[in-house]
Amino acid sequence: MTDAVLEIRKLAVEFHSGGQWHAAVRGIDLSIAQNETLAVVGESGSGKSMTALSVMGLVPTPAGRIAPESSIKLHGRELVGLPEHELDRIRGNRVAMIFQEPMTALNPTMTVGAQVAESLRVHRGFNGAQASAEALKMLDLVKVPSAGKRMKDYPHQFSGGMRQRVMIAMALACHPKLLLADEPTTALDVTIQAQVLSLIEDLKTEYGLAVMFITHNLGVVALIADRVAVMYAGEIVEAALAPDLFARPRHPYTQALLASIPRVDRDLKMLEPIQGNVPTIGNLGAGCGFASRCTHAQVRCHRERPQLMPDGPARAVRCWLVGPPP
Amino acid sequence: MGEFLVRRLLLAIPTLLLSMTLIFVLARIAPGDPALVILGDQATKESLDLLRAKLGLDQPLLVQYRDFLGGILTGDLGRSLVTGKSVWSELLAVLPYTIELTLAALFLGVLFGVPLGVYAAVHRNLWPDMAARLFSLAGLSFPAFVTAILLLLVFAIQLPWLPVISAPRVDDPIDRLRNLALPAFNLGLIMTAYVTRVARSSMLNVLGEDYIRTARAKGIGGSAVLWRHALRNAMIPVATVVGLYLGTMIGNSVLTEIVFNRPGLGKLLLGALGQRDYTMLQGLMVFFAGVIVLANAATDIAYGVIDPRVRYKS
Amino acid sequence: MTAGLIRRFWVNPTSLTGALVVAAVVLAAILAPWISPFDPLEQDIAARLTGPSPAHFLGTDTFGRDVLSRLMHAARISLVIGVASIAIAMAMGSAIGIAAGYIGGKFDACVTGLLDVLLSFPTLLLGLMVVAMMGPSMDNLILAIALTELAPFARVARAPTIALKDREFVEAGRALGFSDMRLVVVHIVPNLLSEVVVVASLWLATAIRTESSLSFIGLGIKPPTPTWGGMIREGFENIMDAPWLAVAPSVAILVTVLGLSLMGDGLRDALDPKGQRD
Repeated sequence: MTDAVLEIRKLAVEFHSGGQWHAAVRGIDLSIAQNETLAVVGESGSGKSMTALSVMGLVPTPAGRIAPESSIKLHGRELVGLPEHELDRIRGNRVAMIFQEPMTALNPTMTVGAQVAESLRVHRGFNGAQASAEALKMLDLVKVPSAGKRMKDYPHQFSGGMRQRVMIAMALACHPKLLLADEPTTALDVTIQAQVLSLIEDLKTEYGLAVMFITHNLGVVALIADRVAVMYAGEIVEAALAPDLFARPRHPYTQALLASIPRVDRDLKMLEPIQGNVPTIGNLGAGCGFASRCTHAQVRCHRERPQLMPDGPARAVRCWLVGPPP
Repeated sequence: MGEFLVRRLLLAIPTLLLSMTLIFVLARIAPGDPALVILGDQATKESLDLLRAKLGLDQPLLVQYRDFLGGILTGDLGRSLVTGKSVWSELLAVLPYTIELTLAALFLGVLFGVPLGVYAAVHRNLWPDMAARLFSLAGLSFPAFVTAILLLLVFAIQLPWLPVISAPRVDDPIDRLRNLALPAFNLGLIMTAYVTRVARSSMLNVLGEDYIRTARAKGIGGSAVLWRHALRNAMIPVATVVGLYLGTMIGNSVLTEIVFNRPGLGKLLLGALGQRDYTMLQGLMVFFAGVIVLANAATDIAYGVIDPRVRYKS
Repeated sequence: MTAGLIRRFWVNPTSLTGALVVAAVVLAAILAPWISPFDPLEQDIAARLTGPSPAHFLGTDTFGRDVLSRLMHAARISLVIGVASIAIAMAMGSAIGIAAGYIGGKFDACVTGLLDVLLSFPTLLLGLMVVAMMGPSMDNLILAIALTELAPFARVARAPTIALKDREFVEAGRALGFSDMRLVVVHIVPNLLSEVVVVASLWLATAIRTESSLSFIGLGIKPPTPTWGGMIREGFENIMDAPWLAVAPSVAILVTVLGLSLMGDGLRDALDPKGQRD
């Protein structure tokens, strides 16, 4: 693999609730290379957003913390344990994040142009005029029409899709090498979704970005992902190249996810939801997190937590029923 | 922006009308005959009739109402039953003192309240926050006249630093300041308590917003986030709420003026009450109501200036 | 739900302190006729304006009356006026708010306009005007203060009513032929109860504050009946000679009002399920 832009090893994130520490992310490994889009898929509560926030060092304290044995390396530099002012130099500069709800994620009392220009002033030391000029370029790049005029407008004067473009412009202003996208298209109309997705793809190629794309929508994954990591209850249960994942899902959870999507090319008899609910943070048992909902669960699945095992080239699965026998 | 201004000012008119009507109604709910109450039961029938005519009480109610409103529009609030001078001129004579006091209190309140509130929010649930909350609660619970009397006791009587009776000589600024100090401190304390609570609450709200997380994700450091992103958004509710507190402040300043024997609308009110100067009383209430409605409108407009979202609402 | 509420309330140290303080005051007020050392109206001219002493714990006033006894009896007056005015304001205000929310339309718009006007009026000045016009008696005081407290109750009852009246279970009730009255009383009111209670406790402090302010100005219950505000006025008039006269009732008011505020805040915190309140 080309040298990884992002390398995460044994990332664990815990939260303090009701007097105890509970794990939201239970030890995950992943890496992303330049020009690669890794889709992180999972339901709410699977820990996918927390993973991205950990990379940014934005896990909400004091309730949450990154476990000390975690390692997050950006271009080989360890981020866990860095002092806050060092992290500030990296955020928005080498790593950028865009969020799900652009209306609330943009400052309502600051013009759009000023918000895009802000990172340039902070990280590149641009003065007002330079930053504005560069911000204008970025807004043009993300295809905001009449960018020169619109720069002086406020977020609420833009539509949802436009706001998300502004967020992207803001994120990429300092040309970071890694982009973390936390469900950026979930709140948008389907047609706008396609536009924003293709914009992200174009920019990825233009800037040679590594992209972590978090979503729960497998349709989006099929469109943009090079590789996929499926998360459940705080851990990665399956990782594969995108086409492989769709062609041959190995983990029962992935299979169930794919089966639950209504498909245009199949005769629809009944929707097949996955029985049960995602276990809450304090309710994880000793065995596999999915065992309570798995149709193939064995006795062992309820007792022992399976490890993530390789299952062919560029594949790994966390299931007792898959992979080499013990 | 201009349209917003006009719209907001127009909205003030029905509110003004309602307020004036309320005062009109209240001023006439006195049981029995006001003329009799004023002149006592030894008065002759002629003097009673004369007074009634003077007060306009012999007219039908609607005529009285019309005259009342008409008077307000032309700036005629009637004549004091005691001094015979126009209510408006009496008002104007003492208004500067009340304005001076209110502005001083407002200034103190914002000066101390905002930093306190912000500090408390940033140190949530630690002891500075607890202390600020307790102070806030206390300041808002205590009646203004009680704190005024205690202040008087401590600072003017036990420790003779400041004058007991506030009678400023207009031409001497130092003297004015000395006379202003305790009353302003009293009102300022209450104002600070209020602003602290609002600023803290508002700041906490803002700090939890998504765009603060976005700013941090851009690598904007702690104090820069506070100054550039949080503060402006947090101060919007503060501005509104401060403007809306004016009503209560008037009540408190009346009490403060009474305790410190300071010339102002409060003393005028007290005098009117004591001497049954109903016209003066009514006129004062009209004035207060007008000021409050205008202040509310001004606050809304200021809100529109600070928060661009409000301006562009269709 | 109520059990959790009560537990959350007691666990909070500030609301507990507030509740204890208020309980102490209420107790003193109720037991005043039996435990006060002197008759509050009994004069002893020879011993007038004496400071705190073993005989008179808090000293005597200008007529030689025992300050402590007067203080305790004044508590009764203040509490009675406070509670009565709140009760009236709560009943009438909630009714108006519910009616406005439920009926909607022009009626609602009118009522809201009136409420806004009432709300922007300073509490003290409104009460002052009413009492000045109607004369200071116990009943008038209660009515005047109730009027100043009307609007917040109406407000707090109106909003949930509007939200609730369009909810399905109300529609279902109507489909079942339930009368409006029944819908309101059985289904809407219980949902408002907690918010109304919080407003009541917070405004009880205001009621007492207003009453004492009016007494101080001279619009309260006429002497020789002891009221805290009246006692402070007397203390104020004699402030150079007998400073302690003003202090005792001041402390009484401060303590009571603070306790009520703490209680009210505590209730509000206990009611908030997320516990995220500042």
